Amino acid sequence: MTAAVTLKDLTMRYGDFTALDGVSLALEAGEFVVLLGPSGCGKSTLLAILGGFVTPTSGRVHIGGRDMAGVAPKDRPTTTMFQDYALFPHMTLVDNVAFGLRMRGMGRRARRARAEELLALVGLEGAGRRHPDALSGGQRQRVALARALAVEPQVLLLDEPLGALDLKLRRQMQDELKAIQRRVGTTFVHVTHDQEEAMAIADRIVLMNAGRIEDEGPAREVYLRPRSLFSAAFMGEVNQIPGQGTGAALDTQLGRLPLAASGPMMLCLRPEAIAAGPVHGAPEAPPAIDLGPARLVEATFFGTHHRAHFAPLAAPDLRLVAHLPQGAAPEPGATARLWARAAVLLPHPAPEPTR
Amino acid sequence: MSPKAGTRQGWGFVAPALLWTAAFFVAPFALMVWLSLSRLEGRTVVPGPGLDNYIRFFTEPSLLRGLVVSLEITAVVTVVSVALAYPLAAIIAFRVPRRWQRVVLVLAILPFWTSYVVRSYAWLLVLGQGGAVNAALMGLGITEAPLQLSATRFATVTGFVHFFVMLLTLTIYANLVQLSPNYARAAADLGAGRVATFVHVILPLTLPGVVTGAFLTFVLCMGDYITPQILGGNRELTLPQLIMMQLGRRGDFPMASAMAVILMAVVSLAYLACARWLRVERI
Amino acid sequence: MTRAWHLLGWVYLALAFGFILLPVGVLVLFSFQDGRLPVPPFRGPSLRWYADVLADRRLMAGLGNSLLVASVSATVALGLGFLAAVGLARHRLPGAALLRLVLIAPMTVSYLIIALGLLSLYNRAGVGLSLWTAGVGHVVINLPLCFAILYAAMGPHLRAAERAARDLGAGEAAVLWHVTAPMLAPALLAAWFLAFTFSWDEFIIAFLLTRFDVTLPVEIWSLLRSGISPRANAIGSLVFLVSVVVVMVVQLVALRRTRR
Repeated sequence: MTAAVTLKDLTMRYGDFTALDGVSLALEAGEFVVLLGPSGCGKSTLLAILGGFVTPTSGRVHIGGRDMAGVAPKDRPTTTMFQDYALFPHMTLVDNVAFGLRMRGMGRRARRARAEELLALVGLEGAGRRHPDALSGGQRQRVALARALAVEPQVLLLDEPLGALDLKLRRQMQDELKAIQRRVGTTFVHVTHDQEEAMAIADRIVLMNAGRIEDEGPAREVYLRPRSLFSAAFMGEVNQIPGQGTGAALDTQLGRLPLAASGPMMLCLRPEAIAAGPVHGAPEAPPAIDLGPARLVEATFFGTHHRAHFAPLAAPDLRLVAHLPQGAAPEPGATARLWARAAVLLPHPAPEPTR
Repeated sequence: MSPKAGTRQGWGFVAPALLWTAAFFVAPFALMVWLSLSRLEGRTVVPGPGLDNYIRFFTEPSLLRGLVVSLEITAVVTVVSVALAYPLAAIIAFRVPRRWQRVVLVLAILPFWTSYVVRSYAWLLVLGQGGAVNAALMGLGITEAPLQLSATRFATVTGFVHFFVMLLTLTIYANLVQLSPNYARAAADLGAGRVATFVHVILPLTLPGVVTGAFLTFVLCMGDYITPQILGGNRELTLPQLIMMQLGRRGDFPMASAMAVILMAVVSLAYLACARWLRVERI
Repeated sequence: MTRAWHLLGWVYLALAFGFILLPVGVLVLFSFQDGRLPVPPFRGPSLRWYADVLADRRLMAGLGNSLLVASVSATVALGLGFLAAVGLARHRLPGAALLRLVLIAPMTVSYLIIALGLLSLYNRAGVGLSLWTAGVGHVVINLPLCFAILYAAMGPHLRAAERAARDLGAGEAAVLWHVTAPMLAPALLAAWFLAFTFSWDEFIIAFLLTRFDVTLPVEIWSLLRSGISPRANAIGSLVFLVSVVVVMVVQLVALRRTRR
């Protein structure tokens, strides 16, 4: 089962604090949406509103075309996979998973059979008679997922479910979540503050900040063409060079760059978009932009690449971070010519990035 | 669920307990305060308001003496009980092997499970003229005639200390075991000796628990009637004994109420004195 | 130095246990006395005082009354305390801190004062004294206890589970029955037994608020007024035995629960 979700002008105030500030969003049925943002950005509030645990100050929620105003959590077509899993410690795994079906009046036999199926779906076949406290973190997580899916919700809400797992297990669970979502086809709304996790699983990322939607789109879109400085900085490391547009070009500390712009602008360059070549070598083909010669200050080997700090000769106090290929042999003190292979211009001054 | 409906439901849950407390605790208490401001003439209560009972209490030496006796006994009992219980709790927590601690603790509070009345009576047997202590002392030739141990303040204090040592051992032990051993290790690592570790680290960390236990001792000891009544003889009377006398002899509810209010006031003062260390919700 | 410390510790432990266990030892030992006085020298053993006590109508009636008052008042206190704890733990009520304070307050007041207040109230309202009037007092002293224990046990853990149950379609009654109560079972059990023991052992409220039918502690009290006698030892030892058995059963049940 699956359903589309529409949010219209959702606002949530706690006293003077505004947790959500006029959020509107449309989710397609069967979509895997990740609400991403720093803590306090309103993403968990939004999820709690969807689940019916919190009533918004104003605004509307429609799920599958039905207005959710005044509908209690137990009557909503949503279930939540909680951050702390909230498994019932006094019930076996089967009883945990079958709980929602029991509340819906399904007979004992049928619901237990269904629970076993779901446990198998999450890779826990045969473990049904155990108690939650006998499980590892990753296993509890799977049970929580099975329990939430057992009642065939139209929308599954996931509240930072992978937060407590270690990195390796988190990667594995991300892959599994994605696979299970494909299989059951339910709309997933997943909350996290980890942008790598968001990119790993989302059909669409909704980036939030200070109660508003800052950016949204597929991972590739948000990462490569951020709509705000906050978005650019939150999705990954970025070099920021302030400049002044003259119409046909951009004046910066590095000189006049061939980028059409007008007014104060911020030039944003991802480290992997900066390449280093010989100072007097052949120019790279457009759209690559010549950033001029720079001295290598230091470099660290990261396995997949070298992370290098450059000081441009034109602006020795500026530091540019570039990822050089694994095979490169960067020498501190050496000089190289830097090329920007992809660049994003964003209006500046903009709200200060908070991360 | 709307917030308003939630609040209404919350009140629904709390209401029965609240009504019970209001009807059988707050109302009686208010009545008592009102009675304490009234007077007894003959056998009828003459409504106040007047401070006659309080003035009488503080001007009649035999009554005021009861408060002093109670305070003296309670002070001694509290100090002695803490002084005896702390080392006992520490030995159980740090010396006794972990798997035996539970058993030792159960043994240490075993007499809890006798009836309170019977416990005082048992001390009467131990301390009486022909009791176990006197028999032992004379048997060993330390004394020739039996000592007057029961029907003294010493007996009252002993009975109280016995009870409160158990109580305090339990609370202090609970405090000690929940301390991470790393505190003591860190102190030792930084050059603190055994005594310094205790004085500067362990004691301050357990102080809130100790103060809470001591306060509880104070409250229970101050208001207890049985132990002094059984063990104390009748040469000096504590405040609760005097309150019971007002009730029994003359049915003087106003005076008894006034004395109860004074007892409450003393306890409240003690509470304020150690409020910053108290964690009543942990009792 | 260290060895001396160690030795001192064990000596202290032994002395402390001597002090703590001495009165109980004397009590139980002389309950088997074959004579009229429960003091040395010990003659016996004899079970005559136990037979005497068990044949005593009034003591046995007191025992029955105590069981009745303790179990009923503990159950009422537990019910009221449980509901109040649920209400305060789940809902944000205006003045919640004050409410908690009011509910806990009776715990900080001497039993004597509670008894005196209730006695005045009953007199004024013209209510005759009985086991029930004493039972009301026992609920007053045990309600804060049950409330505090259960409120403390309702951590974020429980609230998360309740939220999950509601999310999965459980109504309020189903949440209480399937999730709240079973998860709190150990705390509920502990609170009930503690309330039971407090009521079972309580003297001053029972003494002031009962008249014709009285509880066991009051009955023992009047027994003591006629002087020391091995009968008092025998009934005291019996109470002790019953309490210890109950405590052991509770411990075993609790242990098995935590082990599972």
